[in-house]
Amino acid sequence: MKKTLLAAGLAFTMAVPFGASAADYVIDSKGAHASVNFKVSHLGYSFIKGRFNNFEGTFSFDENDVTASKVNVVVDTTSLDSNHAERDKHIRSSDFIDASEYSTATFKSTKIVDKGNGKFDVIGDMTLHGETQPVTIDAEFIGAGKDPWGGQRAGFMGTTRLELADFNIPVMGDSSYVDLELHVEGVQK
Amino acid sequence: MSSQPAQYNLVVRLVHWISAVIIIGMFAVGIWMVDLSYYSSWYQTAPHWHKSIGILLALLTLFRVVTKVVTLSPKVEGSNLERVMAKAAHHFIYLDLLVIFVSGYLISTEDGRGIDVFNWFTVPGAGALFEGQADLAGLIHFYAAWALILTAVVHALAALKHHFINKDNTLRKMIGVS
Repeated sequence: MKKTLLAAGLAFTMAVPFGASAADYVIDSKGAHASVNFKVSHLGYSFIKGRFNNFEGTFSFDENDVTASKVNVVVDTTSLDSNHAERDKHIRSSDFIDASEYSTATFKSTKIVDKGNGKFDVIGDMTLHGETQPVTIDAEFIGAGKDPWGGQRAGFMGTTRLELADFNIPVMGDSSYVDLELHVEGVQK
Repeated sequence: MSSQPAQYNLVVRLVHWISAVIIIGMFAVGIWMVDLSYYSSWYQTAPHWHKSIGILLALLTLFRVVTKVVTLSPKVEGSNLERVMAKAAHHFIYLDLLVIFVSGYLISTEDGRGIDVFNWFTVPGAGALFEGQADLAGLIHFYAAWALILTAVVHALAALKHHFINKDNTLRKMIGVS
């Protein structure tokens, strides 16, 4: 009887751990422990990689109930950097993302689906080039804990594919889609 | 100059001694912090404070130079050579401070990031102004800081020499006793 109670108690504490409260984090873009990277086909022969240097965002994360998490990111589209100034100028132009007209891109999560083993889908609305579309980010929890400087951190990575046509961005040749690779480390508020 | 005072005025004296304490502290912290391990609890805080105090010291120094120009200073004592050397040392200290402020700023702002002053306000970054900016500015900052400290040592020894050997007014006019 005692053993059963103990086992039941243990099972209970493990199932409903620590009041399930989500903590709020600021994405550490200031310390550049986060990056918004993209990969796009060049002529169908290879890929170019680039990133958006300026962005900010926040997320709330509850390790025990991932589905209660939320994330919000705002990207400065004028900060596009593919390591080639003339190409950056071209991509920023109205031929592609029209960064002067649509200077921000945003992502706001609407739902998290826990797939177990630290993997989950972050479903949300992505606004890019003035178009808002539902997007699913294939995300993975990497790690969390204390940093050496008195803060608490949590980090993730995520990938998703955007079809340029969905965002009304002109498609040229084989470059019909963009793969995003996101690395996100947050510092607890 | 019949109205030439016997001492520096209170504001000039205060700013001088505050600057002296800050500069010695900043030198010590600077030498110490560049060798901190990434996992040291001071790794983020020490440079943040060093940069914050550096910006504030730059503002204080600007105020100091303006005050020095618009107020009367007591006369410099000693032989002709001593007076020329003293003037040269003072001018070098101001010039070297400017070099240290500018080079320090250039280290931290090459990528366009601003400098946060104790999270009170941010001095905007000007970005990369020349090739290899952060590395070159770092070297200049290091040698200029050493030059400042060595000059300050000579400056202090000279003041003590005037006080104890010549028994003149040199140190008193900065301490504020007659």
